[in-house]
Amino acid sequence: MTGKVVQKPAALEAKSPFDLRVDLGKDVPETDVRSALASGDMGFLHSFTTGSTVDGPGVRVVAWTTGCMWRCLYCHNPDTWTMRNGIPVAVTRATEQLRKYRHGLKVMSGGLTISGGEPLMQDRFVVKMFQAAKGMGIHTALDTNGYYGERLSDAELDLADLVLLDLKAWDEAKHRHLTGREPGPTRQFAERLAARRRPIWLRFVLVPGLTDDPAEVDHIARFAAGLGNVERVDVLPFHQMGRYKWQQLGISYKLDDVEPPSAGQVERACATFRAAGLRTY
Amino acid sequence: MAATAPEKDRTGPPASPWRGFTAGAWQSRIDVRDFIQQNYTVYEGDESFLAPATPRTGRIWRKLQDLFVEERRKGILDVSQVPSSITAHAPGYIDRDNEVIVGLQTDAPLKRAIMPYGGFRMVASALKTYGYQPDPAVVETFTKYRRTHNDAVFDAYTADIRRCRSSHILTGLPDAYGRGRIIGDYRRVALYGVKRLIEHKQAEKAALDAVMSTADIIRDREELAEQTRALNELVQMAAAYGFDISGPAATARQAVQWLYFGYLAAVKEQNGAAMSLGRVSTFLDIYFERDLAEGLIDESQAQEIIDDFVIKLRIVRFLRTPEYDALFAGDPTWVTESIGGAGDDGRPLVTKNCFRMLQTLYNLGPAPEPNLTILYAPRLPDGFRRFVAKVAIDTSSLQFESDGIIRQYWGDDSAIACCVSPMALGKQMQFFGARANMAKCLLYAINGGRDEMSGEQVAPAFEPVKGDTLDFDDVRDRFEKMMDWLAGVYVNAMNVIHYMHDKYAYERIEMALHDYAPLRTMAFGMAGLSVIADSLSAIRYAKVRVVRDKTGLVTDYQTEGEFPVFGNNDDRVDHLAAWAVSTFMGKLRKYPTYRDAVHTQSILTITSNVVYGKATGNTPDGRRQGEPFAPGANPMHGRDAYGIHASAYSVAKIPYRDAQDGISLTTSLVPTGLGRVPDDRITNLTAMLDAYFGATGFHMNINVMTRETLMDAMEHPEKYPQLTIRVSGYAVNFVRLTREQQMDVITRTFHGA
Repeated sequence: MTGKVVQKPAALEAKSPFDLRVDLGKDVPETDVRSALASGDMGFLHSFTTGSTVDGPGVRVVAWTTGCMWRCLYCHNPDTWTMRNGIPVAVTRATEQLRKYRHGLKVMSGGLTISGGEPLMQDRFVVKMFQAAKGMGIHTALDTNGYYGERLSDAELDLADLVLLDLKAWDEAKHRHLTGREPGPTRQFAERLAARRRPIWLRFVLVPGLTDDPAEVDHIARFAAGLGNVERVDVLPFHQMGRYKWQQLGISYKLDDVEPPSAGQVERACATFRAAGLRTY
Repeated sequence: MAATAPEKDRTGPPASPWRGFTAGAWQSRIDVRDFIQQNYTVYEGDESFLAPATPRTGRIWRKLQDLFVEERRKGILDVSQVPSSITAHAPGYIDRDNEVIVGLQTDAPLKRAIMPYGGFRMVASALKTYGYQPDPAVVETFTKYRRTHNDAVFDAYTADIRRCRSSHILTGLPDAYGRGRIIGDYRRVALYGVKRLIEHKQAEKAALDAVMSTADIIRDREELAEQTRALNELVQMAAAYGFDISGPAATARQAVQWLYFGYLAAVKEQNGAAMSLGRVSTFLDIYFERDLAEGLIDESQAQEIIDDFVIKLRIVRFLRTPEYDALFAGDPTWVTESIGGAGDDGRPLVTKNCFRMLQTLYNLGPAPEPNLTILYAPRLPDGFRRFVAKVAIDTSSLQFESDGIIRQYWGDDSAIACCVSPMALGKQMQFFGARANMAKCLLYAINGGRDEMSGEQVAPAFEPVKGDTLDFDDVRDRFEKMMDWLAGVYVNAMNVIHYMHDKYAYERIEMALHDYAPLRTMAFGMAGLSVIADSLSAIRYAKVRVVRDKTGLVTDYQTEGEFPVFGNNDDRVDHLAAWAVSTFMGKLRKYPTYRDAVHTQSILTITSNVVYGKATGNTPDGRRQGEPFAPGANPMHGRDAYGIHASAYSVAKIPYRDAQDGISLTTSLVPTGLGRVPDDRITNLTAMLDAYFGATGFHMNINVMTRETLMDAMEHPEKYPQLTIRVSGYAVNFVRLTREQQMDVITRTFHGA
């Protein structure tokens, strides 16, 4: 972290590791942004952390990119929607940062996870980072909604040792309502990974009233089980920790009244996935 | 499992005490390490063999719970005004007929003793605080006839030392109380019996007859005579409890009892800042394995013995003042027990009894004492590494230290004294020396030796900085000069303190359980490391303007621009931290020490980071006057932005060779930050420990809890009587911290939140 004089947060205020970030890349000229996207020599990062245990196997370094084509109603990092909210980072610099953790990541059976935002908005940067990671013997995971999966060639896709794939909804109308886009490309991406026998950890966010329709969950579970390459399912309970970002960004937030699901509701969703034969947490 | 009848063992050993042990050099000389190496059995399994608390253990522990409530309400439960010694008090019991291991500091549980040799002022002040009138006869003795360590130290202090003491640039010096941090090798009592130890001490003394009586040799002879006297008193004290410990222990229960008597003698006589136990688990395992093989006990009885032993260790108490407790938080005794590690031959020193010691945290619930310390190495057995990770997650009561570094420097029979101070058992002791406030030292450098809060000239008048903007090279040069001056005063103070402590409050029983002429270290310390690293970084990488008051004193800083901060694995600033540690160490080494002790240094604040912060003005990194420092070598709260791996790597860059008394890192993790399910959490914490201690990490405290739990405990302390958290190098009851200290813990960085 390079910081201005750091003022201590008000006592007792819960500190979020993902501070609200806006306009950090606003001074980068448009032409530079375009050439960076085309070459992948530069990426826009919202933040990165070490020591993550919830973004793939082991203890990992996670980089969150900015830019997303979806507008999920429950998004907890809406400041990652806009690419220029991120910090412009040269791929060489990001690689040097990663190199510092190479040995530790091996010891901790971890690796590099690129998450977002939607990383495939910056697919060339992702490819270059994964190439660098593989060159150092570091395990790679891509946390994606899969919508731009076709941007990766087969060889590029194989640079990801693991894909953390978000399946948000099954029904087309529901999916559009929830994310703003159609579900087809995500499912095609999942099928492509299955055909190539690349492992998937499926992530499903459980939002009461929005994604908890048993028939929906059952559809997703059966689809996932049918793929044959889903190693694990994480049912992620919806939370309200991102609400303040919507407010501060001045975007209207539709889930103000939604409570996080109860343990029982989470367990019911897990049971549906387990019944389909999937290892679920 | 039925309670073990307490009388059974008092009939004497059933057979030869050393039956079945592998012979070795340990028989012909005092060499506990050799005994362990020849006889211990590595345990590679998991915790499934462990037994729960017996109903007897439950009853004894519940009986004490009631006393704890009363103690917390009154401050102290009771006090004996008989100046304490090994034999000053009649035997005491919690429940005489049902105790498996016996012995109390005074004649009743939690009744505190007075130990005036360290300093009578402290005793009198503590008595008055808790509503007791000091006994006039005792007052007369210790003010008229008998001088104390405290009186003598102040006779010999220089004006410089006094000024540094009152300005708080040097704080926590052990000049009014027992210095502690000396570990007797209590295992010797069990293995050899006291008669053999006395003979050995007599031989050591006799050997000095041939040496000319210089001041050093005269002191050595007197000390050896005192040691012998203390050993004789140890035998008498045990006899009063009905045990003859002149010979070796013959069973596991006797071994624990003998060893505990040795430790008890030490805590009857010394109110040391830390009264650590050593490394007894694997030593005792040899006796447990033999008894189990002989069918003398089963697993439940083995656990019962350890549970009862640990109950005794949990109720060690000293009479101290509220100011002392505020500095160190709660009522710490640092009964540190080091567990695990590996031997020089590569075999893990992990045994079943290591597991039993840890099991007490389940059988009796979490507690700050004894201070259970894992000597960790990635190559220790999976079953052990996973169990200690589980215990750390469940109880937040463990600390971890690098077995690799400690073994390399001090050998494979070393233990931790206090929090992070490693030493070879029975062969090494330390002169403990609190810490210097390095943030204040930096401010003195800027202000030419004037105190930034009082404006007084504390250091000799150096030239203050000129101009409005701080220049890095200029500040660094001034800082070095100020460090040099401070190091001189610091060594001076320590020499005086330890000269007088040896003279007036010598730890005769603890030193009786050492070899003659042990290696002595003098352990200096620093507080505020991350404050100075970030401040130097601000001066170097950003623009820092000074704000002066009307007397020309710099009292504040305006910092413009960005600068790297400690705790983010960024060499630009991490190297400044390492530079400060190595530079100050180099300055300390320039000054000669009392008894030619080897200079060492710790980066450890315990909880005094709060008190130090209170006494320190604004700093160039943006920290405001009075705000706490980060504890130990920790990054400043909230500035380590890239997670635990980055944060720990920054701390791991501090070179151990220049901080041989230990480098402390305290981390707080929320449970979900370790993984989504319990098994993942154990796996991931084990992995993090493997990575830190597989690299150059020295020490890590692990707290696994949510901020919400702590906030609830502040509001409803009665719901959390046993809530234990780790701070610098030890654990405390959260509900016994001052409100300021509680807030300090709560504002710390929680990883994974």
